[in-house]
Amino acid sequence: MAAPKPRGDLRAEITAARIAALDLPQGGFTAAARKEALARLQAMGLPTRRDEYWKYTDPTALTAPEAAPAAVLADDEPPVFGALDALKIVFVDGLFDAAASDDLSLAGIEISRLAEAGDIHWAKGLYGTLEAKGQVPVARPLAALNSAAASDGVLIRVTGRAPRPVELIYRHESEASDVILHHFVKIDPQAELTLLESGPGAARFNAVMEVDLGAGARFHHIRVQGRDHHRRAVTHLFARIAAGALFKSFTLTMNGALTRNEAVLDIAGDNAVAHVAGAVVGDAKTAPFHQDDTVFVTHDAVGCESRQVFKKVLKNGATGVFQGKILVRPGAQKTDGYQISQSLLLDGDSQFLAKPELEIYADDVKCSHGSTSGAIDETALFYLRSRGVPLAEAQSLLVLSFLADAIAEIEEAAIADAITQRLEGWLARRR
Amino acid sequence: MLEIKNLHVKLEDEDKVILKGVDLTVEAGKVHAIMGPNGSGKSTLSYVLSGRDGYRVTEGSATLDGADLLAMAPEERAAAGLFLAFQYPVEIPGVGNMTFLRTAVNAQRKARGEEEVSAADFLKLVRAQAKMLNIDADMLKRPVNVGFSGGEKKRNEILQMAILAPRMCILDETDSGLDVDAMRLVADGVNALRDGKRGFLVITHYQRLLDHIKPDVVHIMADGRIVRTGGPELALEVERNGYADILAEAI
Repeated sequence: MAAPKPRGDLRAEITAARIAALDLPQGGFTAAARKEALARLQAMGLPTRRDEYWKYTDPTALTAPEAAPAAVLADDEPPVFGALDALKIVFVDGLFDAAASDDLSLAGIEISRLAEAGDIHWAKGLYGTLEAKGQVPVARPLAALNSAAASDGVLIRVTGRAPRPVELIYRHESEASDVILHHFVKIDPQAELTLLESGPGAARFNAVMEVDLGAGARFHHIRVQGRDHHRRAVTHLFARIAAGALFKSFTLTMNGALTRNEAVLDIAGDNAVAHVAGAVVGDAKTAPFHQDDTVFVTHDAVGCESRQVFKKVLKNGATGVFQGKILVRPGAQKTDGYQISQSLLLDGDSQFLAKPELEIYADDVKCSHGSTSGAIDETALFYLRSRGVPLAEAQSLLVLSFLADAIAEIEEAAIADAITQRLEGWLARRR
Repeated sequence: MLEIKNLHVKLEDEDKVILKGVDLTVEAGKVHAIMGPNGSGKSTLSYVLSGRDGYRVTEGSATLDGADLLAMAPEERAAAGLFLAFQYPVEIPGVGNMTFLRTAVNAQRKARGEEEVSAADFLKLVRAQAKMLNIDADMLKRPVNVGFSGGEKKRNEILQMAILAPRMCILDETDSGLDVDAMRLVADGVNALRDGKRGFLVITHYQRLLDHIKPDVVHIMADGRIVRTGGPELALEVERNGYADILAEAI
């Protein structure tokens, strides 16, 4: 346990209050890991606005002892990945829904639930380890909180080529739900998995996913965060990427009062590839919209490639944040690191805050970063209209054009099409 | 068909008058060429007719088949049958050329109360036109104008014109940046659309495009006005002597 903090220490106070409100699971194979995570959390303390890493995003709603309620959206769209033959695992406000879920057995893949895994499990000795490693050099206390207190999640081990994607569906049905889920995905050497995630999760949702890729493994991750306007979410994606492995993650965020998505990628083996991308559309007309992508990519091996591609479309006072870092450790020669973050501001009220960073300790590397903010290109708009495309439709086409580079990070055409359709729907509702 | 009367235009942001009373009538089936030195207002005329922002009409009128063009949004002008081939066609990353063409065709049909064209019929139509303009399947699939050469962009403009089948075609310096072969392809594309019912307004600096697209009428524009109108021989005169003599005479 950490030493008692001096009186008046805001961080100590909010951390103690949050921990007191947690329902900490006991026993099981994760008991030791959870205890360590709790100690990490107490040592670090929860973030406050004064922390450099939270300069652009106020963490108060994420650290408060109680979650603020969030209205449940009556979603009239068909399931986003409905046309894909995925193995579905459904959580309703964080509770596993067996009736709505598929049978968890699939060739080449082993799936169990965190809440039900026995005392001896392959994930023993792994749970929480990537999160713990990801706490250096920047603290991520909300992830430690997650490891300590997660009520459930899935443990996926892939030994071959998964014949179908696995989809985690997070339904939000209760206005007051406060949910913490933790997943661990281990992909054996040369094995491959496509993992989909969809849905808002809860009124307040804290999710961690640890992904451990063996040599030559391939992981495709596509996530669509739900459209609920008032929900708040913090997510962490921790990945360790071995030699020759491929990691690709794409997230679509539409709506949400507060979303902070962190990705912490550790490229540990030579000739590995890691891409992380995001498309964001935010309209603060109905409810506040604040979305933050915080990415930390560490190159610790030779000849690896990383790409960060983030695009945000903001209107009516919406806020977008991007903090992205590429760290190239000594010896990580022949690194190819790329980072782009761009916003399309549809009016003068919205804002985009970006902090791109490069830190390089090897001399034979290629790294670049860029960040831009702009409005819709009037010349392109006129070009489309001069061909007969009405103004609203022309604007939508240009928004999709702006987001295209991020969507292009999705390899499978059917999944990219599903994402584009969602975006078209979102845009059509705002014409 | 296209009737421009006493058109006066200034820039919206600054008090600069560009067009100072343009009078021009293009009859159905005719090709009119506008030539003139840089800064004479040729491109402005094409933008004002097609509805680009940034200009203010202070006097005069422009109608297409009697309909007031100046009162319409750009997309309405397109649906009414006006088409501008851009001097600098715009690149639109992430939007496939075919998607763009189909969106445009269907938007115009919808605006005119017509049924949307089926995917199969549309593909057939595009393929036939594309072949004539030497546009391959790859160019149709790529994002609009992205990575196209100068010649490819201009051919793509003519492809759009052929597929949208407008009543009145305005070509703004379509010859700029084209080599001889590309110019011939573009000119063949334009000539194929000369069916006796459409009107054409061809804006150019040089005579050479007019060797391929033979005009019925040639106008010389200078300082925001049409200063001289004549037959094809007027273009040859410009080619031989430049604009100086004509301008001196006009003043």
